Order: sequence, then structure tokens, then C-alpha cells
Amino acid sequence: MDEVTRSAAHVDTVSRAAQSPDVEQPWLELGLKSDEYERIREILGRRPTSAELAMYSVMWSEHCSYKSSKVHFSLWGENTTDEMRERLLVGIGENAGVVDIGDGWAVTFKAESHNHPSYVEPYQGAATGVGGIVRDIMSMGARPLAVMDPLRFGNLNHPDTLRVLPGVVAGVGGYGNCLGLPNIGGEVVFDDCYQGNPLVNALCVGAMRVEDIHLAKASGVGNKVVLFGAKTGGDGIGGVSVLASETFDEGGPTKRPAVQVGDPFAEKVLIECCLDLYAAHVVDGIQDLGGAGLSCATSELASNGDGGMRVELDRVPLRDASLRPEEILMSESQERMMAVVEPSRLGQFLEITDRWDVEATVLGEVTDGDHLVITWHGEVIVDVPPRSVAHEGPTYHRPLERPAYLDVLHDSTPDSLPRPADAEGLKADLLSLLASPNLCDKSWVTDQYDRYVQGNTALAMPDDAGVVRVDEQTGRGVAISTDCNGRFAKLDPYAGAQLALAEAYRNVATAGAVPLAVTDCLNFGSPEDPGVMWQFREAVRGIAEGCRHLGIPVTGGNVSFYNQTGDTAIHPTPVVGVLGVMDDVARRTPSGWKAPGQVIYLLGRTRDELGGGEWAHALHGHLGGRPPRVDLDAERLLADILVNASRDGLVDAAHDLSDGGLAIALAEATLRYGVGARIWLDAVCERDRIDLFTALFSESAARAVVAVPRSEEVRFTDMCTARGQVHARIGVVDDETDGLDLQGQLTVTLAELRDAHTGTLPAVFGR
Amino acid sequence: MKIGVVTFPGSLDDRDAVRAVGAVGAEAVPLWHGDADLRAVDAVVLPGGFSYGDYLRCGAIARFSPVMEALVPAARGGLPVLGICNGFQVLCESHLLPGALIRNDHRKFSCLDQRLVVENAATAWTSQFEQGQEITIVLKNGEGGFVADDRTLDELEGEGRVVFRYAGDNPNGSYRAIAGITNERGNVVGLMPHPEHCVEPGYGPSLDGLPFFTSVLQAMAQA
Repeated sequence: MDEVTRSAAHVDTVSRAAQSPDVEQPWLELGLKSDEYERIREILGRRPTSAELAMYSVMWSEHCSYKSSKVHFSLWGENTTDEMRERLLVGIGENAGVVDIGDGWAVTFKAESHNHPSYVEPYQGAATGVGGIVRDIMSMGARPLAVMDPLRFGNLNHPDTLRVLPGVVAGVGGYGNCLGLPNIGGEVVFDDCYQGNPLVNALCVGAMRVEDIHLAKASGVGNKVVLFGAKTGGDGIGGVSVLASETFDEGGPTKRPAVQVGDPFAEKVLIECCLDLYAAHVVDGIQDLGGAGLSCATSELASNGDGGMRVELDRVPLRDASLRPEEILMSESQERMMAVVEPSRLGQFLEITDRWDVEATVLGEVTDGDHLVITWHGEVIVDVPPRSVAHEGPTYHRPLERPAYLDVLHDSTPDSLPRPADAEGLKADLLSLLASPNLCDKSWVTDQYDRYVQGNTALAMPDDAGVVRVDEQTGRGVAISTDCNGRFAKLDPYAGAQLALAEAYRNVATAGAVPLAVTDCLNFGSPEDPGVMWQFREAVRGIAEGCRHLGIPVTGGNVSFYNQTGDTAIHPTPVVGVLGVMDDVARRTPSGWKAPGQVIYLLGRTRDELGGGEWAHALHGHLGGRPPRVDLDAERLLADILVNASRDGLVDAAHDLSDGGLAIALAEATLRYGVGARIWLDAVCERDRIDLFTALFSESAARAVVAVPRSEEVRFTDMCTARGQVHARIGVVDDETDGLDLQGQLTVTLAELRDAHTGTLPAVFGR
Repeated sequence: MKIGVVTFPGSLDDRDAVRAVGAVGAEAVPLWHGDADLRAVDAVVLPGGFSYGDYLRCGAIARFSPVMEALVPAARGGLPVLGICNGFQVLCESHLLPGALIRNDHRKFSCLDQRLVVENAATAWTSQFEQGQEITIVLKNGEGGFVADDRTLDELEGEGRVVFRYAGDNPNGSYRAIAGITNERGNVVGLMPHPEHCVEPGYGPSLDGLPFFTSVLQAMAQA
């Protein structure tokens, strides 16, 4: 398109819209419903211009507006006590929540989904998922410290998994590695329910001094609105609306153009540039450009501020000169930020962006009044109340209904599954489970991520939690874990969400950190299905009430709906991330033992709980019964014991019991450093009135194994006894034992464990 | 003792290198890619990362940066220079070291706790090791396959200029399992693994990175 056809004469201006009320508009194609379109006309008192329509369509999308979920968010507030707010510096609603970790340090963390783009275009979808969450963290004023990626794929042996997984992993690695952020954990889960809807969630954590927290708001009449970073292109148009907020249908149009394309080098430079800008105190307000691009950044900044904003859209630097104004407003081109800068500091701002060769353009300024006005070559093409775009979108009270399938599932208990009758059978099940897709060694994936860059990583996968240092002088730092068993949530979304919370909480504590705050990434099917909405409500209630019980607040999160193909939704998958703090992360506890002679204790009580567990799933393809019982008091006590034991040097290794139960925890703790152990479980079986099979494979919650130096054994057991922590001495670390020796029952050599554990992913994906 | 650490746009391990220099009690001096000025340092580290995004050949653009205009003649004159990962690639592109680094043979990025054998304990950066010593150093890259023609390889071997060799399985298809090399004078060393990630207890798999930096302190003291 040449300059003439792009000129104002050919664009849809506000005055033209006022004069031509009956022009047909493509609201349906843009993902709006007819009543939503009517409401826009009502707000404006006329039809929207095509630019305004573009803005409303992306900002009122499910992804941006939370229109189906937000009526349930009152549960967060209702369940957050004043005590829980004490350490909360910034709560839900900002780009990311911020918590006070002591010594003047603030930590911000958040998870986000990039599910739909990653299915359509695995590499770029996953890469830009990392990029987006990192910019959210940057826009709080923080230096990003680390990332984690909870990933879920379809069947390991399905041909499409061979397309999706390597692309997603290469994308996560390609972007994060080049950005210089260590990837310190996450999950890799396989289940048929994710075949057409893989889940690619990304979490980032960052830190700053408390006084350096920045917020996304435009205030101060006359302050300049500056767009900086990459040029705007035609990628990712409608990413949040037509891609992320709709169900995939067979034979539908390809949605690849709606996926953004990432440039991690540009983002790395942008990070350093932003940190220099913050250090120079030249930024008044800041917002990243992610989903919904400029539409989101301009309307949110203006809506959060106390004035209006005027923007000259034709000043936006373009990669593609033929882009129309509405495309520029909708583009989700990556590696862009928008800042509000006082005029007197603009010179210094531009000097810093120049030093980093980052392009910066003054687009407009903060104005009096309460309108967001956008012009194109002098003509007004947008004139809207910004709150109506950013914060007053539609709200739906979707119908909820407990799905009928639940009764059928609950009746189909795992009790009828054939349990191994002898030691040989137990050993075979242990090795099969250890080799199963969800429990096998994930280093084919995690070795593609740089876990060491920045030199602050104290723990990373395969340990229970990722741990990074924040303060170089004192060693103060944070531990993070993300967890979710979607099968538990399918059987009972309330309990499943609490079990996800409990596991992440426990994992942080096994590392030795005090759990402090929660983020979540709620992945569900279509909200238009009452059964899915019921699952959603139950999961939110589960997390919110669980957090209240544990005394740690939810600081932010993300909702991803429409993870379904046709009528088939994924398992409800409320991924929960818990962040904990440690005084000195060099004292963290790894999840494997290495010192011979140390005594192994099992903490917590074991019940016959196999419903939704890995044994039933991986070995019998069974899903039914009830998930393990939730006992948050027991979780709280266990976490206290683990943290205190770690702090006082009473434990040298700690590993949580979750997927696959005690059998897998013992195998993993042995494999971690290749040091064996002798184990006896008779006393535990007798105490808990269970058989050896149940002791090994049940997934009862609130349990962990620890290795205690002999010199500390009395102190450790005294502490457990005094606090009422159920504990049992079940073994000893022994480097002369080759692998695991379950005394009098069975032995599994290290080589057998290793072969089973490490072969699975390379057999599918190659070396 | 001042050791310069260069920051290119896209350098990632520059802060880590600064920390490693500090860990042995030397003063780290930041050097900026855009300044042809070595700020009177006694040695230089070219850190890891993706200089200028490495969208062309790794290190190919960094080679032309102003700081390299100052560094190349200084290195030829005997200034101790350590190129780590991307820094090694920059040294090869600058012809301070022979050969080139290509995509790993398995075509993936990989991050490993890698065992190495020290083959030459007489360079400015390795004198605190024993020849034949086995050490563990973090290896993390996508393009770490060392290649050169046979004559160059024979020359490197013959002159003892192979400084590190991968122990165990060859992790990336490097010819003759070469992990690091040096120039004729032994003042310029390049390697793919990352010694700066192995200098602090509690972080990284070992402390085997420290001798790199204590070695150069000794070399500087003797100079």
C-alpha cells in the first residue's frame, strides 16, 4: 500500500463513524458477540471506528478481560486475611504480584499460559510465552532472575507429540537461553487429554529493592508516552481473541499468522536497557506490550492513571509499512515496552535507550480529561473512555453444573486393579513406573535449558524446587515449585487444586524455604460448558480456601479457557506455583542423598490412596475413585518440620512424596547422586495398617523422606515427637548397597533403576 | 590486578565472570563493546552469551566491534585473554585461535556438568592445574562442536595446544573431543565450558573454575 492509500482520507475516523451509523462491521470475525458489539455502540453513542472496534475486540477477549472468570475472583479477596496481606506489596490486578522477602528486597513472580499459539506453532508459541512473562516481571521494575516451564503434552507415542514437544522445548530453551535467564524447574507431563491442547505455561521470578517497584499507570498532564523496543509488525494480530479465546475445531482455518515471532536478543537488550532506565529514575509509569499490544498498553496505562492520553499512531515505527491502523493497534509484535516519562527527563531517557541501540519514539502525552484519543495523520480514529476498554469489559455469569460423569468416575475405584502378588511383581511395577512417561528422567528436556546462567542457581531440576539467590552479600533467595495433577482435579477439582497447592508448598519446604506466596495458571476447557465452569469454580475455591488455611496469599495468576478440541475438554489443570524464602540459599536441601550412614526417615502417614495416581494411570490406564485426602494442617506441620530441620542442619536431603509414591521417591533420591540405600518398611506397614504394595505406591499427601546425619538423629526425632509429626525410621544411606535394597523383600540395582529411568524420552526423541 | 570483562549486547555471563574475578581477589573492570579502550587491564575475559544475537555465525559480528580493535593487537602482544563459550567463538572468528565452532552434532542446545581432562597446564589460564587432571565444568551451548582441518588439528596436538579434552562421551561432536585450545604463546585460551559457573560453594557443580583465575593472577604477577 502506498502513502496515499494509507492517508487519513481512507481510514475510518470518529467523525466518519458518527455520520455512517449503518456501515457493516466485522465484529463477529473479530471474536465479539452481538450484545458486546451493541454495548460498544452504547458506550460510544455511535458505531465504533474500525480502530476502536479492533481495540475493544482484543481487550474484551476472554484472554484479556477474564469475562467468564472474574465473577469468581471475589473468592481470592474473601480468603485473604490481613495477616496474609502483611508481606504483599502489590496484589492481584497488576502485571505481577510483589511480596516482601525481607532485608528490603521485593520479589515478583507470575505464571502465564501460551497454550494455543504453542500448538499452532510450537517453537514461536513457546518462545514468546517466555518472552511475555519476562516482560511482565520487567514492567514491575524488577530484574528477572529465573524462569520455569510447566508443560503438558498428549500421549508420548502419538506422532503429533513428536511435532509439538521438540518444538516447544527448543522454543523455551532458544528464547530463555539467549535471554540469559536460568530455567530452574517446571513440569513435563503426558496425558491423552492434552493431545490437541498442549499446555505451555511459563513462570518468571524477578527481584528489586522495595522502593524500586514500578506500576503501569499514566499520570501527570504533559508527561510523554514513549514506545520503545522492537518495531511493530504484522505478527500476532488477534492472538488473544481469535486464537487464545476460541476452541480448536477440525478443519478450521489455520491460525499461524495469529502467533507472534520472538527475538530474544532484542529482549535481552531491552531488559538491560530497562534496568538502566529504572536506575536513573526516569520512568514514571511502565507497561509491557504483550497480548493485545498497543490496544492494551495505551488503554491500561490511561485507565490506571488519573488523566487521559493522546497518541499519534502514525509515529509507531513499523516493520511493515503497509499495516493499517487497526492492525497496528492489534499487533502482538514482541519485545516492546511503553513508558510514561516526565518531559524534563526525556533527554536522559533517550540517552539510555540510545546507548543500548533501542529505538524509542514519543507517541503522545498524558492529557487532561478522561479520554484516550488516538490520531492517524492528524485525524481522530479512536476517542474512548479508557476504562471502558481496559477494565469495564463484559462480565458473564456463566451457568455452572456438576458434571454427571463424576459419579461414574467415583464408582470406578482402583481397588479392582491387579496388584502385584510377590516381590518380583513389585519390582516389575516399580521399574515400569520409573520408566513411564510422567516419571521418567526428563533431562532430554531440561538439558536443553541453561540452568546456570547468572550464577545464582542453588537448585534446579530434578530437585523438588528451583532455588535462586537474590542478594549476593547475604545469600538471601527464593525457592519456587509448580505442580498439578490434572487427574486429581478431574476426579475432584476442589481437592485436586488443593493437592496441587499442597504439593508445591511441600516442595518449597523440602528445599528448606519458608512458603510465602502463590501464583496460579488455571487451564480449563470452554467456559461455555457448564461442567467446565463448575470445575473452574471448584478449583478457584479450592486454591483460595487452601491458601487461607496455609496462610499464604495468591498474588496473581492467569486463566486459560478454551483448551478443548470440539466437545472434549482437557482435564481441569490448575497449575499452582508457590514461592518461598530462605535466609541463605547455599544451605538449601537437595532431593537426593549422598552421605553413607545417614538415616532415612519417612514423614507422614500412608493410606490406601491410589485414585488418580500414577500407578493406576501408567500401568493400568485407569482413572477413577477419589484423589488422596487433603490435610492442610498436616502439610503445614510437615513444612514447618522440613524448614526448621534444614535451617538447623538436621537433614541433608529431603524429597517430597507425590507422583508414584514412596517407591518413586526412594528411587529418585538414590538416582540423584548414585548412592544406594537399605530400606525396611515393616514398621510403617504395621503402624499404618497397609501392605507393602500400598506403602510403596500410594500417593497419600503430606509426606516426605529425609536423610538425617546420625549425629543429629536424636535432635531430629525429638523435634518430630514434640511437634506431633508422624515419623518412621525406614532405612539408611549405604554406598555399599548397589541401588535399593528393600530388606528381606527385593533389591533393585542402580543400573536397573538408571536404565528404566533414563531410556524413555531418548527412545522417542533421539539422543 | 585488574581483569577486564567485555560486555557485548547479548553477553549473558558477563556478571558471572565479574563475580569469578572477584572470587580470587582480583579487580573486575567492565569493558564496553563500543569503546576501543582496554582501560589498562592486565588480562581480559570474553564471556559467554549470544553477542549481537548470534543470528549470523556465532561471534562473527562481535569480531568487528571497537573493543576487539583494541583487544586483538594486545592479545598478539601477550595480554592474557580467556574466551568462554561465545568468547571462544569470538576468538576463533578474530583468528586469535584457529578452527571454528559449529552446531552440536545432536543439533540441540545442551547444558551439562561436563568432565574435562586438562591437557596443558602451562598456559596463562591453567598453570594451577596438573596435566592430566580431571575436572568438572559446566558446559552449555548450541554451537560447541570444535572443527578444524587435519593439518591444524595435528599442529594443535603436536604443539601441545589442546588445553582441554572432553572426558567420557563426546558431548557435541567436537573433533578429537577438543574442548579448549590455546595460541602459540599460551596467553590466549578459548574453551566451550564455563569456568565462571564453578567458583562458589553452593552454586554450580564444582569449584574447578577457580584455578583458571588463580592461574592468570600468577601469570600476571610473573609478567
